[in-house]
Amino acid sequence: MSDAGTMIREVLQANGRLPVSALSLRDDDDLYQNGLSSHASVNVMLALENAFDVEFPDVLLRRDTFKSVAAIREALESLGAEVESN
Amino acid sequence: MTTRVGADIQEIDEVRESLVAFGDRYLRRIYTDVEIAECGGGTPGAARALAGRFAAKEAVFKVLGEFDVVPTWKEIEVRRLTTGHATVTLRGSAAELAARQGIGTISLSISQSGGIATAVVVAESSLGSSER
Repeated sequence: MSDAGTMIREVLQANGRLPVSALSLRDDDDLYQNGLSSHASVNVMLALENAFDVEFPDVLLRRDTFKSVAAIREALESLGAEVESN
Repeated sequence: MTTRVGADIQEIDEVRESLVAFGDRYLRRIYTDVEIAECGGGTPGAARALAGRFAAKEAVFKVLGEFDVVPTWKEIEVRRLTTGHATVTLRGSAAELAARQGIGTISLSISQSGGIATAVVVAESSLGSSER
C-alpha cells in the first residue's frame, strides 16, 4: 500500500492539472504557485475523499487546506484518515 | 468610497470533466440548489452556465479579499435574471465579510466564448482603501 504522501501526490497528478509533475513536489511546496487553480482544487478534494474514504466539511473548503502536500496531509489527519508515513 | 474590481476565467471543458468524473458530489459542494436548477442540472450541457457561475464566485472572492474568514463557494449565489443581467447574493461568512468592509451592491457580468467563461465583478465599498 502507498504511503499517504505518495497517495496525495498521485491524486494531485491525476486531478490537479498541474504544469509540473506532482510526484516531484516537496511536502511544503506551494501548490497554487505551482499552478493549482481553484477549480482544480475542487477536483483534488473530491478525489482525496475517494482515495481516503473521508468527507471534507465546509469549514475545510478553503484555499489554505490545499496549499501544499503537508497541508492536505494535516487536513486528512484531522478527518481521521490513515495518513501515517511508512 | 472605493471601487473594487474582480475578474476570473474558467475553462468550460474543465467543468464538464468534473461533472462527468464526480457528478452530483461536484455540484453540491460548489453550487446552490437554485444555481443548479437554473443551469440545467448536472448534465454535460450545463457546463457552460456552471463555468460562468464558478468564474463569478471566484471574482467575488477577489473583491472580498483575503482575511481570516474564508467563505465557501455556496455562500456566493449567482443568478441570471430574465432580463439577462446576472446578480450576486451573499450569505453567511461571505455576507459578513462584505458588511465588515462596507461593501453593498455588487455588480456582475458573465460571458462565455471559445470554451472559456469569464466574469467581472464591481463592488463599491464605503470604506477607504486604508480602512480595510
